[in-house]
Amino acid sequence: MLSNDISVILPELLLAVFAMASLMIGVWSKKQEAVSNLILWATAIIFVVFGAWIGLSPEGTSTAFNGAFVNDGFARFSKVVMLWGGASMMVLSRDYLLKNDLLKYEYPALITLAMVGMMMMVSAGDLMALYMGLELQSLSLYVIAAFRRDSLRSTEAGLKYFVLGALSSGLLLYGASLVYGYTGTTSFTAISSVVTLEGVSLGLLFGLVFLATGMAFKVSAAPFHMWTPDVYEGSPTPVTGFFATAPKVAAAAMFARVLFDAFGEAVSDWQQILVFLSIASMFLGSIAAIGQKNIKRLMAYSSIAHMGFALMGLAAGTEEGAQSLLIYLAIYVTMNVGVFAFILNMERDGRPILSIDSLGMYSRVAPGRALALAILMFSLAGIPPLVGFFGKFYVLSAAVDAGLIWLAVAGVIASVIGAYYYLRIIFLMYFGEQTEGLNGTMPAAHWVFLGGAAAAMVLGVYNLFGVESIAGIAAATLIH
Amino acid sequence: MVITTLAFYLFALTAVASAILVIVSRNPVHSVLWLILTFFMSAGLFVLMGAEFLAMLLMIVYVGAVAVLFLFVVMMLDVDFATLRGGIAQYLPLGLLIGLILIMELGLVFGHWIFSENAPDLRAAVTPIPEEVENTAALGQLIYTDYIYLFQAAGLILFVAMIGAIVLTMRHRPNVKRQNILDQIYRDPGEAVEMKDVKPGQGI
Amino acid sequence: MPTIILFAPLIGAIIAGFFWRLIGEKSAQIVATSLLFLSCALSWVLFFGHYEHSETHTIMQWLESGSLSVDWAIRLDRLTAVMLIVVTTVSSLVHLYSFGYMAHDDNWKEGESYKPRFFAYLSFFTFAMLMLVTSDNLLQMFFGWEGVGVASYLLIGFYYRKPSANAAAMKAFIVNRVGDFGFALGIFGIFMLTDSINFSDIFTEGHHLAELTFPFLWMEVNAIETVTLLLFIGAMGKSAQLFLHTWLPDAMEGPTPVSALIHAATMVTAGVFLVCRMSPLFEYAPGTLHFVTIIGALTAFVAATIGLVQNDIKRVIAYSTMSQLGYMFVAAGVGVYSVAMFHLFTHAFFKAMLFLGAGSVIHAMHHEQDMRNYGGLRKKIPYTFWAMMIGTLAITGVGIPLTHIGFAGFLSKDAIIESAFVGNSFAFWALVVAACFTSFYSWRLMFLTFFGTERGDHHTHEHAHDSPLVMLIPLGVLALGAIFAGMLWYEDFFGHRVEEWFGTAIYTNHETNHTLHDAHEVGPWVKASPFIAMVLGFAVAYWFYIWNPERPKQLAARNPGAYQFLLNKWYFDEVYDFLFVRPAQHIGRFLWKGVDGKTIDGAINGVAMGIIPRLTRFAGRLQSGFLFHYAFAMILGVVAIITWFAITGGAH
Repeated sequence: MLSNDISVILPELLLAVFAMASLMIGVWSKKQEAVSNLILWATAIIFVVFGAWIGLSPEGTSTAFNGAFVNDGFARFSKVVMLWGGASMMVLSRDYLLKNDLLKYEYPALITLAMVGMMMMVSAGDLMALYMGLELQSLSLYVIAAFRRDSLRSTEAGLKYFVLGALSSGLLLYGASLVYGYTGTTSFTAISSVVTLEGVSLGLLFGLVFLATGMAFKVSAAPFHMWTPDVYEGSPTPVTGFFATAPKVAAAAMFARVLFDAFGEAVSDWQQILVFLSIASMFLGSIAAIGQKNIKRLMAYSSIAHMGFALMGLAAGTEEGAQSLLIYLAIYVTMNVGVFAFILNMERDGRPILSIDSLGMYSRVAPGRALALAILMFSLAGIPPLVGFFGKFYVLSAAVDAGLIWLAVAGVIASVIGAYYYLRIIFLMYFGEQTEGLNGTMPAAHWVFLGGAAAAMVLGVYNLFGVESIAGIAAATLIH
Repeated sequence: MVITTLAFYLFALTAVASAILVIVSRNPVHSVLWLILTFFMSAGLFVLMGAEFLAMLLMIVYVGAVAVLFLFVVMMLDVDFATLRGGIAQYLPLGLLIGLILIMELGLVFGHWIFSENAPDLRAAVTPIPEEVENTAALGQLIYTDYIYLFQAAGLILFVAMIGAIVLTMRHRPNVKRQNILDQIYRDPGEAVEMKDVKPGQGI
Repeated sequence: MPTIILFAPLIGAIIAGFFWRLIGEKSAQIVATSLLFLSCALSWVLFFGHYEHSETHTIMQWLESGSLSVDWAIRLDRLTAVMLIVVTTVSSLVHLYSFGYMAHDDNWKEGESYKPRFFAYLSFFTFAMLMLVTSDNLLQMFFGWEGVGVASYLLIGFYYRKPSANAAAMKAFIVNRVGDFGFALGIFGIFMLTDSINFSDIFTEGHHLAELTFPFLWMEVNAIETVTLLLFIGAMGKSAQLFLHTWLPDAMEGPTPVSALIHAATMVTAGVFLVCRMSPLFEYAPGTLHFVTIIGALTAFVAATIGLVQNDIKRVIAYSTMSQLGYMFVAAGVGVYSVAMFHLFTHAFFKAMLFLGAGSVIHAMHHEQDMRNYGGLRKKIPYTFWAMMIGTLAITGVGIPLTHIGFAGFLSKDAIIESAFVGNSFAFWALVVAACFTSFYSWRLMFLTFFGTERGDHHTHEHAHDSPLVMLIPLGVLALGAIFAGMLWYEDFFGHRVEEWFGTAIYTNHETNHTLHDAHEVGPWVKASPFIAMVLGFAVAYWFYIWNPERPKQLAARNPGAYQFLLNKWYFDEVYDFLFVRPAQHIGRFLWKGVDGKTIDGAINGVAMGIIPRLTRFAGRLQSGFLFHYAFAMILGVVAIITWFAITGGAH
């Protein structure tokens, strides 16, 4: 029995062991910096390898620990996206950490543990398992948000994230206890069977609402987004980049997991919550981003708006919706990796510069980088024919097919508003005022990610690199 | 039975009242003391439910360790809570209004308290029959068998907490002198002492 | 072979237009011209072939949408073959002529390159025209139709620094839009009725459509009358028939070779070609044919009257062109399509020659176009004079009455007038009078230009000299056509070999249409009438401009009303300006300023620049940085959702 369970959670187990081992190696080694560097690379490689391992593992659903852990296509898809996104951000973060004296072996170890938490989240088959994964991830993230402990902003970010995260955990736990109280179980399959048999009572519905708000905090959906801009701005940039990729995928996938696995029979109930969250996020993200001057804050609002779109796919409550969610997340992560590869190198005379105005006439300084960023910005804005447009197209068509036409219309309007600030960056780079701008160079590895992401936005138009069909298979395993 | 019911209401009401006092009392030390009382009452509730192990755990861990730690921290940090709470009056009416709405709505939920028909069975299914096993053993059985996954995950969370504490607070100060006995033992006089032949009438 | 004919000009246009920097200006011109000569040579080869049935050469599948299936294909029959030689011959000669005519141009500064562009436009026009005439379906024809429209626009506005040229180009384009609207509606109608726009399908539907009606507004209209009328409206626009003719005289703003190629010999005859091509449909639409006849006769008459008093040499020829197009439509309208094609064919030669000759005169006179400043040029530019003389003899229809010997115009025009006598007596009389006027203004042109005393700038006259050889050779070749084209192919177009020669290209409904046969039976006075009209016109012109040059001025002074009426072209432009142009401008300005500017832009700007930034600032204020604000926002969110569910009770 146990050996069977362990074989199912083997990747998570090995990652946890790896995190502990790397910590021990780090503690006992003399040359801290070299070992930290080594561990960082090893972690990135292991993420990539594990991603490939999980991605290539045979199809089919297997469960472990009485259903507390589910390994299905949906979980595997999310894990691959998270692992590869995390690996990319890991590689990108090295130079920044080195420059700012932050390269410690705890950093990769904490991210690995966060990754374990995220993998537990997307594989959760039980409210308790979900909560454990969530806390493991959150706690690690709180720490790395404050990783630059001598910086006031970084510690402030970590503390704010921690306090608000605790509040959201409280809401989530309260919801979980309501659900447990009304159904008598925490297992998703059992909850699902209760819902099927007896429908959703008001108490269960309230439990669902509290659960949803707790998870909405993690995906930073409005109005539970308030932590996002401050934490994004205050955290060290590689941490921000990491926040914008893997944890978003994990939270959104977990959201989908709970809603479809446990409340799959009550779509019309939770659809209303998600429509609210989706519209609020899209509009808030788009409108508030316009006034931003710091590019990390801008990306924070951008992520809020994008999560609004992702939740639109979820709001559809159909298999097509789940598929569009996965496609959207994969595209979103790719774009963010590219954009953060750029942001990490925004500097003048070695000092990081994060104001958007510093991009004035950047096309003259570095035409290649400017072009790549312009493509990514166009893609983020969802301008056809770039891949970002297809992400939006899939969620919109899922919403329309589910009869949520006015939600789709709202999405289109929000996307028009949102296009403004993406296009403003392009405008600044190509037509803006010449400012005392950036002059940093860019390491080749970063170029690979920036250029690769931009190229993917163009080349992916052909067939989205097959993501569409894979996401379709993954989504099918989620819907019963 | 009457005594049990009476005890329940005593514990429950005291817990709620002291919880309110935690947040309203002006002196932070008093707040912590009220918190300790709340823990006590909760422990009493556990006992009433027959979970004496959890009750003891609450007493030892929360009252004995956590709350006392809080007390120390509060006393040592000397935070001026009065100024921190200065703005509260401004937001109090709105906050109260929202809280009231929330309570009314939750009351609505508990107003029709209909839980699933199989809920009791489902709840009972995971635990050993209470009459047959004492609850320390029962907890042990669950934690180390069915819930081993969650238990280990909780361990990882604590592990992260530990790393976090170290990463965020531990500093190696280079100018602090520490005694390293091994270094002292392995110290080689040949390296440490340099012999100089000083000529008369001259310095080094 | 047809494929080569079709694509050679396109390749020439592309090379001259896009790659002249690589190969140089001169070679670009040479490439474009030689490709056209190749095309021309092959066309003549095709022309001498035998066409009983139409052949189809498919180039590619064009589009497939629902039941609409269109190939890009060449339909090769007698009509196509005739049009091919007309287009390629005139075009290649005009290319050659342009070497000389465009060699120096005061409209361009030193060092500016305009010649490759000109040749590219010419070749592109030729390609589009060939697309039109070789089309196998209405869509392809429409493509060619619009292609020649674009080329015409580009070439009329070739001197884009001249405001008048730009205005004329726009006018040509816009007036043609009116006709094209009818044409497009006709195509839609045909597709609606027959579910196809391929000629091979729709031509068999004529008798069937004649019995169909469909509701339009409040009335039931006959299907075939409606679609043919719509198609004819398209033809009216392209062929400058009355009411849609105002663009043609203005189109003379373009360089003279352009006028010769596009606005005399080829493009403007597209309308006539369209009616002939669609003869299987028109034959079943007697109402439309009647309309065609009346419009054609009116055009021939009105244009001839205007031509009487114009002073600009190119405008005289332009009105003459319009008038001759009216003749062709009369022929088509009375049911002798072959005769319409005959006149189209001969007219192409002599009208191109007249224009090129006029161009030669203008070239010699340093771009002076007012005939009042010419005079006595006979000696100065003898070759041009003789060319113009042949052209004039051809257009006025000089020949030996009651025989088949004469210049090209004599045979084709007389054939039309004889047919008109059979078909429609109004048209007959209008054409005879127009023939008289034609003779008058043509000879007036000759006398004013080449005879009499030198007028105008003395300096210009001194420097007048004959054009270079590249300009004279085309004149010579065209002169051959103007003299012999009528006599050589009389039997094929009008005589007894018509049916055999045209094969299935032209459809004649023998139950109702005997015009061709009857036209040969008319009395001698009818046959002689155009000749008499011609002599009359010549005599008056001789009297007015050689014997007594003061006479026309006195006449004009005595009848100022009539003179001004004709000089101002029956006030068509002024009436249109009042009726259409200004109201359209008013509506346009209202829609632009009022609707688009204030309402639409205003609303969008209001939202984008007023409301959104306010919301942005509000969102910024919410993000205060205070933890308890954030927590409060979360609680508010929870309460909002909970309240919503408490009120609605979820989905149940």
